Amino acid sequence: MIYWHIFLAFFIPGIVGYGGGPASIPLVENEVVDRYGWLSVTEFSEVLAMGNALPGPIATKMAGYIGFQQGGILGAAIGVFATVAPSLILMIILLSVLHRHKDSPKVKRMTNYVRPTIAVLLGVMTLNFFTTAYEGIGILQTLILIIASFILLEKWKVHPAFVIVGALAYGAIFLA
Amino acid sequence: MKQVDLFLAFFRVGMLGYGGGPSSIPLVHKEVVERYKWMNEDDFADVLALGNTLPGPIATKMAGYIGYRVAGIIGMMNAVFATITPTIILMIILLTSLSSFKNLPWVSGMTKAVVPVVGVMLATLTWDFFKKSRNTLGIRNACLIVGASFVLLEVFHFHPAILIGALLLFALVRKDKTRKGNENVEKGGGL
Repeated sequence: MIYWHIFLAFFIPGIVGYGGGPASIPLVENEVVDRYGWLSVTEFSEVLAMGNALPGPIATKMAGYIGFQQGGILGAAIGVFATVAPSLILMIILLSVLHRHKDSPKVKRMTNYVRPTIAVLLGVMTLNFFTTAYEGIGILQTLILIIASFILLEKWKVHPAFVIVGALAYGAIFLA
Repeated sequence: MKQVDLFLAFFRVGMLGYGGGPSSIPLVHKEVVERYKWMNEDDFADVLALGNTLPGPIATKMAGYIGYRVAGIIGMMNAVFATITPTIILMIILLTSLSSFKNLPWVSGMTKAVVPVVGVMLATLTWDFFKKSRNTLGIRNACLIVGASFVLLEVFHFHPAILIGALLLFALVRKDKTRKGNENVEKGGGL
């Protein structure tokens, strides 16, 4: 029974949460705090804070941890599966259909029409990241990190992995 | 070998993507388009567009589909596994052992320092998408759709899925015309 509940608790946010993992956070809270009472609000915010401090997608980290807490390894697996599988299966089916017809002018046009909208979505996301940085560490540190990472990434073509590890080290030393 | 590459590519994406799934978009782009060349820019744009249209976490949708394209069902499971498992294990270990970890100043410092760096990556990706739009649609139509999208998304708070769905539908039902007829119809394309 608990496994069925774990499945439902993460299946619903996975299928209703538009806009990527972070958009599903309030939906997960609704299920695990309000409906099933597995966590208190404080516990939930602790899980969320830890999830934000660690790398990787947020929705699956929460599903994995809360699933593990409620139902062990199997619970974790079910929570993650319920989060990931439904939307992934839909995605594969739709994109496979598109890919089969990728030389048709209609499909080419679809790509062309949607691209500017994606640019806007990415642009807004960029702005959010810069605003968060400014609010968290102030304008000076934000500018230092922006300029340094821009030069490293775009002028010197350093792999993002090294730039991120560098930023982590910088943060541990100078932003602590 | 392909499975090893897939695992490594998405392992790096999972371990370096701070700030949830969306921050891993530029990292996936780097691995899939630039490093391993499993997809070209167009394919990646399609994946991103559809990923934004469908519900659920974006990082695992991208990993799953790209893994599937590169190496079938096993590739799909491999890529999703590589994206999420390392950090889930980390999360379980840390939350069950030392729960004061996140309050350590150097840990929060690390998280904060990564935010502007991801911002820069997203900014360059944004610029890539805009340049590509300009090249395929022309500067006027590209700006038209960018402007209309911005207003609809940010001022009227349309859901992106609705806007993308509408554009896809419009591209699909529009009749194929000769070059001359294009301009008039495309004006309506900005919605």
